[in-house]
Amino acid sequence: MRKVAVVGIGHTRFGNLSDYNLVDVMAMASLDAMEDAGITEERTLIDQLFVANMGGGIINHQTGIASALVSRIAMEPTPAELIENGPASGASAVKLGYMAVKSGMADLVMVTGGELMRAVTGWKGTDFVATLLHPDVEYRYGLTLPAFGGMFTRLYMERYGLTERDLALVAVKDHANGAKNPFAHVQNECTMEGIYDGPNAEVVNNYVAEPLRLYSMCPVSDGAASLLLCATDSPLYERFKKRAGIVISGIGSATDTHCVHNRKDPLDLEAVRISAERAYQNACLTASDISFAELHDAFVILEIAISEEIGLFRKGEAKNAIAEGATKVTGSMPINTSGGLKAKGHPVGATGVSQVYELVKQLRQEAEEGRQVADPVHGIAVNFGGFGNNVVTTICSKEFA
Amino acid sequence: MLLDNMEKKLRPPELHMTPYPAKLITLTSGEKMVVREAERKETGILLQTILPLLGAPKDFYDVVAARMYSEILGWYRYRVANMFVLVGAIEGEIAGIVTSRMASPEIGISLHTLTIKRGLRVGAQLFAAKMEHHLDYLKQKEVYIVAESPIGFKRWMIEYDLESREDRYPEVQHELGGVPTYSLTRDLYEKVKDKKVTGIRPVPEEIVAASRPLRVPTEYSQVPNSREEKTA
Repeated sequence: MRKVAVVGIGHTRFGNLSDYNLVDVMAMASLDAMEDAGITEERTLIDQLFVANMGGGIINHQTGIASALVSRIAMEPTPAELIENGPASGASAVKLGYMAVKSGMADLVMVTGGELMRAVTGWKGTDFVATLLHPDVEYRYGLTLPAFGGMFTRLYMERYGLTERDLALVAVKDHANGAKNPFAHVQNECTMEGIYDGPNAEVVNNYVAEPLRLYSMCPVSDGAASLLLCATDSPLYERFKKRAGIVISGIGSATDTHCVHNRKDPLDLEAVRISAERAYQNACLTASDISFAELHDAFVILEIAISEEIGLFRKGEAKNAIAEGATKVTGSMPINTSGGLKAKGHPVGATGVSQVYELVKQLRQEAEEGRQVADPVHGIAVNFGGFGNNVVTTICSKEFA
Repeated sequence: MLLDNMEKKLRPPELHMTPYPAKLITLTSGEKMVVREAERKETGILLQTILPLLGAPKDFYDVVAARMYSEILGWYRYRVANMFVLVGAIEGEIAGIVTSRMASPEIGISLHTLTIKRGLRVGAQLFAAKMEHHLDYLKQKEVYIVAESPIGFKRWMIEYDLESREDRYPEVQHELGGVPTYSLTRDLYEKVKDKKVTGIRPVPEEIVAASRPLRVPTEYSQVPNSREEKTA
């Protein structure tokens, strides 16, 4: 079976990009990936474009985004399709790109994910994301994703003894990484004194969806990321030798019940576990082989819960690892070296692609000073759609690991 | 100071204003921000701080900066009655400025809130301090407030659940004009105070001293490449 290498990566700054339109932002990341791969002038070599976006039709009043992007970056007549899979749209597009190359249908595929969420108010943005909930039994009653995050956190605290202090430790670590990432939406560090221990923390780090506070939630962001995937047995691969050497070694996805209340145990993120098992199996690896991880911490509790569900820590024990510093860049299992969704931001359609961008950057050892993992070999990314009802796990590795 | 008769006529009558006691807020970054009343002699540094934002249209910084510039200049030249200026400073570096005034002993007029150091809720804290001054120290009954940007509308009108005075227009209108007037009444203030207003008093003397003299910000995230331009 042919291997699938990542030969180009592109990224915009995440944050407020309201000076641009959605397709412009996606074009920036796409062109950045082409430049990284060195094929800006030969872009029609690309066999296929997969575009990830969740809300263009709702919040930007634009559909047909894949076609628009092709024209914006002068790639006609390259085939292009749009993938919408909620907040996991990005990794789903990566998966389809991987499948296209792996199957032999394409040799060189571009995957671009993007979102422009700050085009609307925060409330409208939250409402837009909530459209992924069940319309009759969840959305109708005012449920939102932050509300689910709050309830999930409360239950997790009761069962495993997690504290708000543990949540704050995750935020401090993520912000320390985000402060060193030039693409991060929030590049401010935060401290335990500032967000938890200090005399003013109750007010400056207020509750949003109790027990989740402002610094327990990701910001609402605009941004895009892009990847170029190439078959290692393709004659084209020779062109990319300079930027090659990183492969998608495994990818897996899984679904769970649409409604959280239909699950036997709301804390059991079955789609996360199964998608990771499939990715490990696909890569012939286990959790103990993983050097670092990018996990979908839209709410910091998810970094904790996902890290346990994919086998990096035992259930209920991630909090101890965090307290001991194991998830810092210098720790034994660095998590969210990019800053994660918490600090880097979460333009939903871009997130899954951005996570793989970070895996590649780390594996190339090109991350900025202070957030480069020492000698990484395998990195894992989990992109979490819905409230865990559609999850994609991607593992990237050094090609000859 | 000797004033000629004409100047006396041009200066507005002043109401008694209780001073605002300085307080210290630990921001999420761990940085300590002193919130205190600015003094007239600090006008130059305040105006110098505001000036670069006159050319920053994003998030309506240009409008807010231009109006605040004129308010502070008017305050300095005794052309605005009963005005106060609060400044937030981190080791003397200006992080944000707010302006406000008393229209009468009962009614306060919130003028502008300018956040310079973004991402740390500096503006939210300075706005809360302004409301604290109006309602706790100046003992006013309500404060009229308008928003000129979506951020302001969200932070003040929505988060404080302000009462709209639109139904009483034009009899009740904020002097900044143009936009609907909202009010923070004492009842509303008491409901949100614990969640919005914070700070430690008294501020240790060495920290107050560190907030003087004020310094112009080293960087404006609102102005591209401001740090590089400053050092070039």
